[in-house]
Amino acid sequence: MIGYVLRRLLYAIPILIGVNVLIFTLFFKVNTPDNMARVHLGMKRVTPDAIAKWKAEHGYDKPLLFNAQATGSGKLTQTIFFNKSIPMFAFQFGTADDGRDIGQDIKTRMLPSLALALPVFLLGLLLYITFALTLAFFRATYIDYAGVVLCVAMMSISSLFYIIGGQFLISKILHWVPISGYQGGIDAFKFLVVPVGIGMISGLGSSSRWYRTIFLEEMNRDYVRTARAKGLPERVVMFRHVLKNAMIPILTGVVVVIPTLFMGSLVSESFFGIPGLGSYTIDAIRSQDFAIVHAMVFLGAVLYIVGLLLTDISYTWVDPRVRLS
Amino acid sequence: MSRFSHALAGVLVLSLLSACGKIPWNDPYPESERGKNILYSVFSERPKHLDPARSYASNEIIFIGQIYEPPLQYQYLKRPYTLEPLAARALPEVAYFDRHGQALPSDATPERIAYSDYLIHIKPGIYYQPHPAFAQDAQGRYRYHTLGREQIAALKAPTDLPHDTKRELTAEDYVFQIKRLAHPRLNSPIFGLMSDYILGLKEYGDLLTAENKKLKSTRGEDAYLDLQRYPLPGAEVIDRYTYRIRIKGKYAQFKYWLAMPFFAPVPWEVEKFYAQPGMKAKNFTLDWFPVGTGPYLLAQNNPNKQMVLAKNPNFRGERYPHEGEPGDRENGLLADADKPIPFIDRAVYTLEKEDIPYWNKFLQGYYDASGISSDTFDQAVQTGGSGEATLTPDMQAKGIQLKTTVATSISYIGFNMLDAVVGGGSERARKLRQAISIAIDSEEMISIFRNGRGIAAQGPIPPGIFGYVEGEAGINRYTYNWSRGKAERKSIAEAKRLLAEAGYAGGRDARSGQPLLLNFDTSAVGPDAKAHLEWLVKQLKKIDLPLVIRSTDYNRFQDKMLKGDAQIFEWGWNADYPDPENFLFLLYGPNKKVGLNGENAANYDNPEFNRLFEQMKNMDNSPARQAVITQMVEIARRDAPWVWGFYPKNYALYHHWYFNAKPNLMANNGLKYLRIDARARERSRSQWNQPLLWPAGLLVLSLLLVLVPALLIYRRKVHCAPRPKAAE
Repeated sequence: MIGYVLRRLLYAIPILIGVNVLIFTLFFKVNTPDNMARVHLGMKRVTPDAIAKWKAEHGYDKPLLFNAQATGSGKLTQTIFFNKSIPMFAFQFGTADDGRDIGQDIKTRMLPSLALALPVFLLGLLLYITFALTLAFFRATYIDYAGVVLCVAMMSISSLFYIIGGQFLISKILHWVPISGYQGGIDAFKFLVVPVGIGMISGLGSSSRWYRTIFLEEMNRDYVRTARAKGLPERVVMFRHVLKNAMIPILTGVVVVIPTLFMGSLVSESFFGIPGLGSYTIDAIRSQDFAIVHAMVFLGAVLYIVGLLLTDISYTWVDPRVRLS
Repeated sequence: MSRFSHALAGVLVLSLLSACGKIPWNDPYPESERGKNILYSVFSERPKHLDPARSYASNEIIFIGQIYEPPLQYQYLKRPYTLEPLAARALPEVAYFDRHGQALPSDATPERIAYSDYLIHIKPGIYYQPHPAFAQDAQGRYRYHTLGREQIAALKAPTDLPHDTKRELTAEDYVFQIKRLAHPRLNSPIFGLMSDYILGLKEYGDLLTAENKKLKSTRGEDAYLDLQRYPLPGAEVIDRYTYRIRIKGKYAQFKYWLAMPFFAPVPWEVEKFYAQPGMKAKNFTLDWFPVGTGPYLLAQNNPNKQMVLAKNPNFRGERYPHEGEPGDRENGLLADADKPIPFIDRAVYTLEKEDIPYWNKFLQGYYDASGISSDTFDQAVQTGGSGEATLTPDMQAKGIQLKTTVATSISYIGFNMLDAVVGGGSERARKLRQAISIAIDSEEMISIFRNGRGIAAQGPIPPGIFGYVEGEAGINRYTYNWSRGKAERKSIAEAKRLLAEAGYAGGRDARSGQPLLLNFDTSAVGPDAKAHLEWLVKQLKKIDLPLVIRSTDYNRFQDKMLKGDAQIFEWGWNADYPDPENFLFLLYGPNKKVGLNGENAANYDNPEFNRLFEQMKNMDNSPARQAVITQMVEIARRDAPWVWGFYPKNYALYHHWYFNAKPNLMANNGLKYLRIDARARERSRSQWNQPLLWPAGLLVLSLLLVLVPALLIYRRKVHCAPRPKAAE
């Protein structure tokens, strides 16, 4: 297994180089370094000299991918691409356009993101599986039909609606918790309860339907018929046999998400004023801060690769027949 | 069933008990802050720079304006805006000299003036906030100027260091900051402008750039560039409390810059302290941890969440103004006259990116003041029969106050004067622009898209700025008639007549017979922008002109503007200072955007206008200056390089516990004048935010109602399931 993991990690290098090339090409296709300088310096009294100085100070005064003026390997190394991409592989994210150290900001903002994303993930998973198992248990009854209709209806509603509706009802009308904001420690609870609840509810429709389909498929298998024939109660059949065997398809979608929980939620964090990495990324896109966008995409790619690797490893835990080689 | 009844009774009792409590559950602030003299406000975008040499955005100046003290400030209450000394003992003494260094009288013509000296005396006894950068040991050595990387890495904030002390403000600090404007690593946004005026600043910038390059190559990226080693001829220390700024020629508007943080003092010790290797990697920079002499210091710096200002313990003290404009006394704005300021102990600014949470928290009393967005306008404001804006009964019941003010800004539609169709000085093009100016009904636009929050512009100068003329004398006679005591837009028939005279009768080019297709370039997106653009197309349709909307992204739009490829576009300007020069320069030829990268987005270039501008810019406000401005405005109105658009009107709401609020669009240090009644705020918050609990009981009941049939089905399923016989 160690050999397999090492091999997968080596495969990650060309993937990350590819991601770098892609993000670099896409970003600079729509933003030139001059545009970035202009956005950063503001709209008033921006002189060509100030733009040139800004570019030089931030390392954007070189050619993008190929430096025809340089000699030897300098043709490739004295470029924006090389200078901005190579330090990423050592997790040196550099400084944002406003001069702040990106690594430091990521460290600071990772915890609030996790404080929101982890409960949504864990409690959500519990809710979706329970709800889906319930629907599967009551299959072909009006509870199942009503549940499926509810799922479809919930899938059709934008997550923004849940956010605004949740804030309006829980915080504005009922006055139960603050509308937005964030504090560390135990005080975080009152700020997170609504976003966590909304995060769970907004995913209920799609996830529960997907899990219900998995459970129904498992329930038609021979081993389930055998278990029932042995006289096992339906509760035991569902929880001990069906749930366990349905774990492989569930894990495929779930484990891969775990590392990316650090990346935060793009929309919820902005609406609820949670100072996490999701709102950090959105702000960077708005302000055309390539250094932050680049760092976040790179980090996202790394975490996604780690997630895929963990998924493969987790198969061996839930199904002893699976061997990684 | 009895168990269920007990549970329900428990929920009800709990609800009643909670409802009796006075502490709101939805209070977003820590309990320790309840009842304290703290102001709660917001910032919607994280500040990029808090260094006074770099900061130029309004969301940054709300912080540094309270921390740094430039030599001058705007009097808080007086209108028109008036400069007064802040850290300076008096307004600067200005002396003029010819090219031989001979003193000239104050009324000397600008052509004779080779340079102007601004002599500034600062008040003694002003101290910086406590900071470890000033701390010295018994031998007089700075304790923290040679910290190691490990020591720095262990710090959570620069102020964690055990020793801090204060230091008196000196003239040297002001000179040091002027030098910093040329610092190659700071990219000050006003370096370009100031190097045209401050003697030797441009050369100083070149020198620092060369030295910086040398330093980086020999001693690494973080090497400290010591500005004290390099003198700047345009900024000199005369004595401990006096310094002189030397300006090339005459620049009458320079005094206004002296009220901006760009000219606030920065102590060299602090710059050196933050330049130590390892500080930047922790985000410990002067850009994020400002050090000033003002009434407040930055107590918490978390631009991702919250910025907190606290009273500077070393603040020298200042008094609330005892003079204002007529009506201020009646409005209670002089009730605190001559009392020591600042009144507020702390100001907590929370990052609120979205309007909805901001607005709702304001209504709940968790923010002390709010603006009004288009989405919430109808909730807050109603328009009376005579057109005046008043608060809705809900707002009045909460004791909220509304204050409006016309911004010293203009939003306009510009014609690219370099364009072959709409541009140029020909009679044809002028009449075409005049016709379009009549057709675009700014009053209708203000009413539909801005809820009436604006005044249709008659020219480039907004109200509140010298040169603005009210009433009949101030109307644009090319677009309006004066009728029944007010300006009335000329008829569409008049616009069509002008269009026909321009050779575009019926919207067709008389020479080719083809429809005259005009293009509107914009980067605006979203449903609101779409409605606005559709409205614009309809305006031109009134005179049979088809308008094509050329939407593009922000960067492409900027490129088009720089290259002169746009035809008709929307643009705007916020005043830097209250002088007509700051608006009329938007039409000054040598300030064109194309080729010269200036702020004249329409690329308007009229030699007569330019000549008058050069004459006007150095005149003092006087009838003679007004006469020149009137001439200039008349030329611009006739040439119509802009559809004059509108001057935005700001609406602000304040709770009943908020005092001394008077919108001052020039002053950026207004926090020290504000006062709040924290007890009244607590009472209102408690009254407005009692939790409503019966819906929780209803929710539990509904869940139970859903569970009962599920339970029944479950029992039926379990009992009816076929059971294998044990014997088989």
